[in-house]
Amino acid sequence: MDITTQTSASPPPPAPLSPAEQKRAARAATRPGDRIFLGLSRGSGIFLLVIMAAIAVFLTWRAVLALSENEGNFFTTFEWNPTGNPPVFGIAVLAFGTIVSSIIAMAIAVPVAVGIALFLTHYAPRRLSGPIAYVIDLLAAVPSIVYGLWGALFLVPKLEGLYGWLDDYLGWTGILAWQGGAPRSLFTVGILLAIMILPIITNVSREVFRQVPQSHQEAALALGATRWEVIRMAVLPFGRSGIISASMLGLGRALGETMAVAMVLSPLFDIQVSLLDFGGGTFAQNIASKFGEASVMGQDALIASGLVLFVITLLVNGAARMIIARRKEFSGANA
Amino acid sequence: MAKRIDVSGLNAYYGSFLAIEDISMTIEPRSVTAFIGPSGCGKSTFLRTLNRMHEVTPGGRVEGKVMLDDENLYGAGVDPVSVRREVGMVFQRPNPFPTMSVYDNVAAGLKLNGSYKKSELDDIVERSLKGANLWNEVKDRLNKPGSGLSGGQQQRLCIARAIAVEPNVLLMDEPCSALDPISTLAIEDLIGELKERFTIVIVTHNMQQAARVSDRTAFFNLAAVGQPGKLIEIDETERIFSNPSVQATEDYISGRFG
Repeated sequence: MDITTQTSASPPPPAPLSPAEQKRAARAATRPGDRIFLGLSRGSGIFLLVIMAAIAVFLTWRAVLALSENEGNFFTTFEWNPTGNPPVFGIAVLAFGTIVSSIIAMAIAVPVAVGIALFLTHYAPRRLSGPIAYVIDLLAAVPSIVYGLWGALFLVPKLEGLYGWLDDYLGWTGILAWQGGAPRSLFTVGILLAIMILPIITNVSREVFRQVPQSHQEAALALGATRWEVIRMAVLPFGRSGIISASMLGLGRALGETMAVAMVLSPLFDIQVSLLDFGGGTFAQNIASKFGEASVMGQDALIASGLVLFVITLLVNGAARMIIARRKEFSGANA
Repeated sequence: MAKRIDVSGLNAYYGSFLAIEDISMTIEPRSVTAFIGPSGCGKSTFLRTLNRMHEVTPGGRVEGKVMLDDENLYGAGVDPVSVRREVGMVFQRPNPFPTMSVYDNVAAGLKLNGSYKKSELDDIVERSLKGANLWNEVKDRLNKPGSGLSGGQQQRLCIARAIAVEPNVLLMDEPCSALDPISTLAIEDLIGELKERFTIVIVTHNMQQAARVSDRTAFFNLAAVGQPGKLIEIDETERIFSNPSVQATEDYISGRFG
């Protein structure tokens, strides 16, 4: 780092300097302001790593304590009883609930968000796109507990009609059958999460679509493309990696959302065949609803489940990066 | 395939600003017509009215008549999309689609117009790339991104993309201004070949280029900044560069202003 500021433009020295001398020469060329800023920025970087390491070590340590006591299989047990004798707990139900509700949320939110972003950047007149963008920013700023209140008091009762309809027409699939319980299921959680992650995906996609060079859109137009064909030919391919990144931001929030899920879902530590029947749970919801009354062992078990959520998030992000990298040379970044 | 363009009484606006005023001219088929003139005189704007690209700019508006043989491009009920399929365009900066391969770039326009068999597409892509004098350089990298080519190759790729759909007219908006002299020469040679098949209109800032490639030259000028651009004269290129009938043309060509 400290040799990058070498600015010597003079002719090469007659004899090569020893490494120690070189180091001194480089140091002499730096100004105090540079050194202070370098120290500050390097310190910030190191501080971040230390915090990360501290969190990881703490979580892993507590999780290992719980896992060593666990008599059930951590990955396949449908039970959460860390204070029993012997303690038995597993994350299968939580992993299922987290992943399923996030998939539902993404399936709803990504197409709608991309549609809104395209509308704002390519279809809406300017005096309409400004206010809509403002409303979306507002949605992003609403705290999740407010979404939870709205979901529990407004959305849940209103969904009975939709549930009945889905059961009538798609009940034969099994996964959309409804036995008539309160619509506090993973499906409802997915809908609520979709609404919550819509603003972030929309905002990032909109920024990406705005970056599409005018020259590419004109190239498509000049070939005789309609507005939709311009979008398909020049805008969406160019924005592809941006849409994926935006979706990952949304997915991150959906996977980790706590309060809203806890307020809408009727938890039941089991996997339901139908998405419409209440029950199930998510990592974050489970931690939030059990942590308050948990013993030390209970806390450790919850921490272990949190670590799994962390690993899932890492895997998902890694996969997204791989998808983006695979078509890097066609990304448009080199145009 | 090549068609005659007949423009009469054409005005183009940006919002309420009149950019070019009362332009009338005939552009002959199977020939190269060059537009020259100082910056801001409206030659690019005029070019973009010939394939209805001007109205893509916010506030862009056109009055007047552009006849392509016997079809008025600005007639009631004419779809600008179908106009652009008939009148191809090459832009100032090479703009191949960066997310597509060389092959897909050339095939892009064809895929808009209908469905082709793979073998038909292969033939047309090869023919277009040969037509753009690019085939030998890219035949082994058809599946590589189009943006990986050099600037001159990219511009020829854009020409291949434009001619793949067999337009009647090919518009070129300063196609060489971002290229080095060797690539420029390659494009100029290509223009000489393409005029056998297409009506070509080229905007250029380079008067030697206009003299080299064009059969007829139109000189545009504007009275002052903020005034609309006007067509001063259009004539055989030789005459424009040796003995123009308007003093302003001679002044511009001999470098006395502009």
